[in-house]
Amino acid sequence: MRLNDEEQAMLAGELGRARQWALRHQVAVGDFFDAPDFVRVGQAHVMADTESLGPSGVAWLEELAALPATERRVMVPTITDPRGLDFASYKRLKQTEGMANLEARTIAAFEALGMLMTNTCINYQTILPPVRGEHMAFGDTGVVIYSNSVMGARSNFEGGPSALAAGLSGRTPRYGYHLEAKRAGSKHFAVRAQPRDLADWGALGGVVGRICNSYWEVPVLTGLAAPPSSDELKHFGAALASFGSVALFHIPGLTPEATSLAAAFAGACVPAAISIEAQAIEAFYAAYAAPGEKVDVVVFAAPQLSLLELRQVADLLSGRCISGETTLIVATSPELKFAADRMGLTAVIEGAGGIVTAGVCFYQSYAREMAEANGWQRLLTNSAKLVNIIGGYGYQPTLASMERCIDSAVAGRIV
Amino acid sequence: MPIVLKCHPGIGPTVSGTALVAPDNFSARYDLDRRNGTFSRPAHKLFGQTYHAKILVLVTAKGGVASAWMLRDMKARGVVPKAILFDRSNTILAQGAAFAELSLLDRFEAGDPTTLIRSDDELLVEPAAGRVTIRNRSRA
Repeated sequence: MRLNDEEQAMLAGELGRARQWALRHQVAVGDFFDAPDFVRVGQAHVMADTESLGPSGVAWLEELAALPATERRVMVPTITDPRGLDFASYKRLKQTEGMANLEARTIAAFEALGMLMTNTCINYQTILPPVRGEHMAFGDTGVVIYSNSVMGARSNFEGGPSALAAGLSGRTPRYGYHLEAKRAGSKHFAVRAQPRDLADWGALGGVVGRICNSYWEVPVLTGLAAPPSSDELKHFGAALASFGSVALFHIPGLTPEATSLAAAFAGACVPAAISIEAQAIEAFYAAYAAPGEKVDVVVFAAPQLSLLELRQVADLLSGRCISGETTLIVATSPELKFAADRMGLTAVIEGAGGIVTAGVCFYQSYAREMAEANGWQRLLTNSAKLVNIIGGYGYQPTLASMERCIDSAVAGRIV
Repeated sequence: MPIVLKCHPGIGPTVSGTALVAPDNFSARYDLDRRNGTFSRPAHKLFGQTYHAKILVLVTAKGGVASAWMLRDMKARGVVPKAILFDRSNTILAQGAAFAELSLLDRFEAGDPTTLIRSDDELLVEPAAGRVTIRNRSRA
């Protein structure tokens, strides 16, 4: 990689040990992907829940945090993905004091690095949305795919260490989706089954993602009857990224880099469309179906809920009572939790027996340990991303619409 | 003459070990029980098998940025693969391998390594040279 004078100084340790580590890490990654140089970033977004970090990762962060302030402070605004534990609700979910202690240590280390503890995976809806062409180092796959596709920003999937390195150096290696040439569509999908709700949008993302099955594929969707909402694109993108490792999609006439079908493929020959029929969506649901089974836990998360989703959950639960055999959990960002409290939405959801968590997301919160402590197996959700992830934690997941999830939570069984 | 596979220069130290191969993908978060060192997602083709000290040979990395932290923590706990070989890595696993100093290679000249390497093959993995040697088999 070509390094300028400032980057060479960082690499030589002249700007401190934290930035020296950052440059070493970034050059190793940049070389692997044949990056020619660095590109400056507007923000970094660090995923670092304590289950992923583990005790060794937390200790490593504390070493960085113990450096002198001039060495350790981030150079660009650096925000955080959901945390591993919500101090207001962890006892109700039977998370342990050991987990809470690890969480507190991590927060202290991040604050010493100068990071903003936003604790959200919907920063594009709640904090500061990126703009077209802005280079970012975002560290949540759902954040990256939404920012790249819907806003025209430029980011790769940046794992926690790499996003932190970008915060410390103010830049990231120029490879992947920072390069214009990598952003052209590569596969064409014709949607023949119009999604009706958020779960359908997630299912569509899952189906397309399985076919793409590569970080380096860029799907282009045609055939959508109406422009989707931000929440619909959020669920679509999160599932596409989860099932296919995809970081960018185009919808001609809707997303900013695809003013036309030809533009979506950067003027190259448009490939024959892969048709997505209703049967594919139905088969996607069927793979997770468990009609009539007892529901242990209903989860609305992955991604965290917007204010409008919180309102929908509250409206559907209003005047009802969740079964004593079922736990219902809602995850949102800290800012939206305050808003939900202020607008009475939290009171409605919790009055029906639900739990509204802030600054966490279910699968990033010691999901296996929660299942063991609470005796949970069957999980019902309207998040296709979550059904993809959570099986590895020992759950049996089922996908359904928000309405069916709530009807099932009230009944205690999948209806 | 052992079989030598050339690929793009990779990340991490030279290692040797036994291959565990599947035409499937990889995420430390989605697929593993990191406490006991097994593949835990029922739909994964390596479900129930241990990954500790193996050289994993898989198609691609998927989803989840968590793997970048998890690889280092797996190494710290001493329950970790020796190396991971992909047909094509995503960014997360490459970043995680760099952070954990774990060996990772992809972009093989002869194609998808899950079609070239078999489970239980004995491998020498040399990331700096972009080379994997199958020691127990000869080219026909």
